[in-house]
Amino acid sequence: MGSGPSLAVDVSMNTILSEADRAKYMDPGKIRAALSSTKTIAIVGLSPKPERPSYFVGTYLQYEGYRIIPVNPRATEILGEKAYPDLLSIPHPVDMVNVFRQPEECVEIAQHAVQIGAKTLWLQLRVVNFEAARIAEEAGLTVIMDRCVKIEHGRYSGSLHWVGMNTEIISARRGQRYF
Amino acid sequence: MTQQKRKFGFETRMLHAGHIPDPVTGARAVPIYQTTSYVFEDTDKAAQLFELKQYGNIYTRINNPTNAVFEERIASLENGTGAVATASGMAAQFAVFMTLLEPGDEIVSSSHLYGGTKTQFTHTFKKLGVKAHFVDPTDMQAWERAITPKTRALYGETIGNPRGSVLDIEPLAALAHAHNVPLIVDSTFATPYLCRPLDWGADIVVHSATKFIGGHGSSIAGVLIDSGRFDFSSFPTIAAPDPAYHDLKFYETFGHYGFLMKARTVTVRDTGAALSPFNAFLLIQGLETLSVRMERHVQNAQAIAAFLAQHPKVAWVAYAGLPDNPYHALAQKYTPKGPGAVFTFGIKSDNARQAGKTFIESLHLFSHLANVGDARSLVIHPASTTHQQLSDAELEEAGIDAGMIRLSIGLETTEDLLWDLDQALQLT
Repeated sequence: MGSGPSLAVDVSMNTILSEADRAKYMDPGKIRAALSSTKTIAIVGLSPKPERPSYFVGTYLQYEGYRIIPVNPRATEILGEKAYPDLLSIPHPVDMVNVFRQPEECVEIAQHAVQIGAKTLWLQLRVVNFEAARIAEEAGLTVIMDRCVKIEHGRYSGSLHWVGMNTEIISARRGQRYF
Repeated sequence: MTQQKRKFGFETRMLHAGHIPDPVTGARAVPIYQTTSYVFEDTDKAAQLFELKQYGNIYTRINNPTNAVFEERIASLENGTGAVATASGMAAQFAVFMTLLEPGDEIVSSSHLYGGTKTQFTHTFKKLGVKAHFVDPTDMQAWERAITPKTRALYGETIGNPRGSVLDIEPLAALAHAHNVPLIVDSTFATPYLCRPLDWGADIVVHSATKFIGGHGSSIAGVLIDSGRFDFSSFPTIAAPDPAYHDLKFYETFGHYGFLMKARTVTVRDTGAALSPFNAFLLIQGLETLSVRMERHVQNAQAIAAFLAQHPKVAWVAYAGLPDNPYHALAQKYTPKGPGAVFTFGIKSDNARQAGKTFIESLHLFSHLANVGDARSLVIHPASTTHQQLSDAELEEAGIDAGMIRLSIGLETTEDLLWDLDQALQLT
């Protein structure tokens, strides 16, 4: 991930979380670490329809080098990957569980995320469930809430900036080179 | 891993928002990317970009890395979620309305407007099947009466050109939201340093960046900024499937930046009024000193308005910074650091039109031209220039006094400006 090393920034826009919860669930350091260490992302609620937001996110993540695993009981294959009806059916390890479902479904999803040994539970914008967060945190998972994984990837890789968005990142330190 | 968070101040963001020194060169100043286009990494990436599935540079008519620094910086200063830069202020407001409106729609606008805006709303919008209703901005009931089921937006200027009225943004935003339409505010005269309309509930801010943002009279430019808070889910042009992008629903897919993405990738792409990267660089230079310039602009303006108010050759002064001005209370609420540096006054004379001409021609420091918001002081006499074809009676109808002079106060030595105005007034 790029965009300079400074993380002393309070990303405060477009969220319904309190300042205390923002510090907990949308910390820039945690988000960057999660996006850097993750290789496989199970997307719960990924739609097969190309015009849907989840599809935009899936195709973005795939292009950025992540392996995405669709979790959708009504699909067999999405974006060239086999779809599974639920997290427990995925036969291989998953680093991150990314959720496009209603908040009330998230407790069960969090329990499943813990069972399959995921390292991060990421709930999309306005998908907020503190009980789900607690379950995942207690099992040692990193929890991100009320954030879009595509927007955050774009924020810290620098590309969100190219479409005139206010990333809220302030840093005088030089951007990083990867190699 | 968790680190102490800081909310950075306005002046810090003037200098740093939107620009991180790039990893390859480390250039501290913002580089000017004077390029039309960008080499794609491969055909897949090109397709992803064209389908808006990746964020990236395609063509400078749509986006440009220098423009992006200006856009993010002004969005940060206005407390907005993002911005789209345009070739002029007129282009910015046009882009807002072309994104929001369809034929048959209506808008309700303050009548205290820059003349060019009034002309655009009245005549150009008419060609597109859009009707603009104009109301006295101080009359909240007039706003409400003018709203119909076809109304799609309310519009006003933070500080109205040229009479200096201050828009009561907070109740107007509440009225707009009660009717499920956004409030759009032209905040050119205030700049984000003096007033941030989004903080008072406005949804979209537009600027002629030509003025105080650039600050040096060098570049024509505009910008639109979105709060990201307006619910466009039932707003046809932003929520409905867009046939130009495989039935993409901008609001559903991009959420709080759906309006901005549509403005950029549909309206500005199709209408073509993109900002030049070189001009974006000059605007960035302007933003870096915005607060110090605006402090001095309003300090000079306040001193000059007070001086003119007690001058025997002056009939009236319309500056909301003066305690007896009808907008003084609103100015204290919305522009506590000062209500800008553009205002009008009237020369006391039996032949006001001639007195205005004599005054203008006797000035040594004020530049006679059709602009405001330069670092230099500017002057214009509407009755002998922009409105010279009108009779005295017609001028009165248009709300313009034959002796009305508009000043844009610059950064010169205060006493020199007072001297210049005084000696020219004495000759009238």
